[in-house]
Amino acid sequence: MTGAPAPALSSSPALSRQQFRLRPPPLPEPRGPLSAALTARLSRGTDPDPDPGSTPLPVPSPDNCSPYGDDLQLALYVLYELHYQGFQDVPDSLEWDSGLLAFRGAIEKVFLGALRADVPIDSAETAARALDELQLEPVGDDGSGVSYFLRDEGTLDQVRAYAAVRSLYHLKEADPHAWVLPRLHGRAKAAMVAVEFDEFGGGRAEEMHAQLFADLMEDLGLETTYGRYVDAAPAEVLATVNLMSLFGLHRALRAALVGHFAAVEVTSSPGSRRLAEAMRRVGAGPAAVRFYTEHVTADAVHEQVVRHDVVGGLLEGEPHLDADVVFGIHATTFLENRLADRLLAAWHEGATGLRGAWPDGPAPGAGRSSG
Amino acid sequence: MPNTPERPRRVRVQRDGPLLVEGPVEVVGEDGEVSVSHRFTVALCTCRRSRDFPWCDTSHRRRCRNPSEKQEDKTS
Ligand code: FES
Ligand SMILES: [Fe+2]
Ligand SMILES: [Fe+2]
Repeated sequence: MTGAPAPALSSSPALSRQQFRLRPPPLPEPRGPLSAALTARLSRGTDPDPDPGSTPLPVPSPDNCSPYGDDLQLALYVLYELHYQGFQDVPDSLEWDSGLLAFRGAIEKVFLGALRADVPIDSAETAARALDELQLEPVGDDGSGVSYFLRDEGTLDQVRAYAAVRSLYHLKEADPHAWVLPRLHGRAKAAMVAVEFDEFGGGRAEEMHAQLFADLMEDLGLETTYGRYVDAAPAEVLATVNLMSLFGLHRALRAALVGHFAAVEVTSSPGSRRLAEAMRRVGAGPAAVRFYTEHVTADAVHEQVVRHDVVGGLLEGEPHLDADVVFGIHATTFLENRLADRLLAAWHEGATGLRGAWPDGPAPGAGRSSG
Repeated sequence: MPNTPERPRRVRVQRDGPLLVEGPVEVVGEDGEVSVSHRFTVALCTCRRSRDFPWCDTSHRRRCRNPSEKQEDKTS
């Protein structure tokens, strides 16, 4: 589908530039007993009376929930968001509520346990080899992934849906990885900070990758308000973002965070090239193209720095963490593949892959919007 | 990145892959065209296959018939 880009929703780019992460979003709609109990508990935080110190949660045990399912992943996503932006009318102090932290711990155990079982690590495998394998691109440029589909045949509506669900990460791009900085030292830390500096715009707010993504969303006629598309994001999307927060917030998983980051940097450039072409083909506008063209060259550098100095530096100091780096790499691939399967199955049917309909109704000029 | 006479600019050379140079850099091509990057480090293409020459775009990579993983869509 071609055509003019959808009109930007904000009349003042200068204002919207600063606004997309100023205000916390409302709590999302629960998707089952865990997330319902959690959002009820968080909403209670507004009562003047109860002491929000530490209330045990009267919830079903997460042990019986599907580890990658909507309910568990949304509950985990909401708990992690307390560490980023929080929610409207939820006291900031609940970030460190011991009852909520215990609940998060129980959920994390289920999620991490499932990942360890689904991503077994061969004792002969090394981080260097796992990253080498990720570099292989198909002969003849005819792969089957999401970026190939969007480049070759995705409709404008499918491109918009892809941006909407990826916004859960890109509007806080590089934030989950900042958690790892105090857990790294020497060469690994210096290199990680250098790459993060680039992700955060090299000292210029308007060049922050999160801002470049907000600009892309405006080109696509999407709302840039933080958290706007959480209800529309399927569990597979939540899981990819939860993985980063899980790895980032636990020092014990610092090497998995580094492996995750390396995996993404290594695979990003070629995919970003295809996504830039997808943006051009659907007439998305210059900011949408720019987000991805910037990532073609930026991530070609980031890949090198992360491999040589972040992974290399970490393993030089703590060689016993090699298997954790490998785990981070493979867990990332595993969850990204689940997401790709979900989106491609929907797209081949002509749907968007969103959970439910577009929250703001179909885009002007866009195709069908259910999915 | 400060580059004083006491702190020479670092360049990393690799057999298969770009030349890594501490930024900012100005690259002058054969036709006199100047490309500028302010990135903390730049990757200069040495394979001549990049579509963003003089910057590396990972086109130097080996290709294979059947990549075992199809993960290639995440941007960082
Ligand atoms: S060296 Fe990377 S594209 Fe040429
Ligand atoms: Fe980025
Ligand atoms: Fe990056």
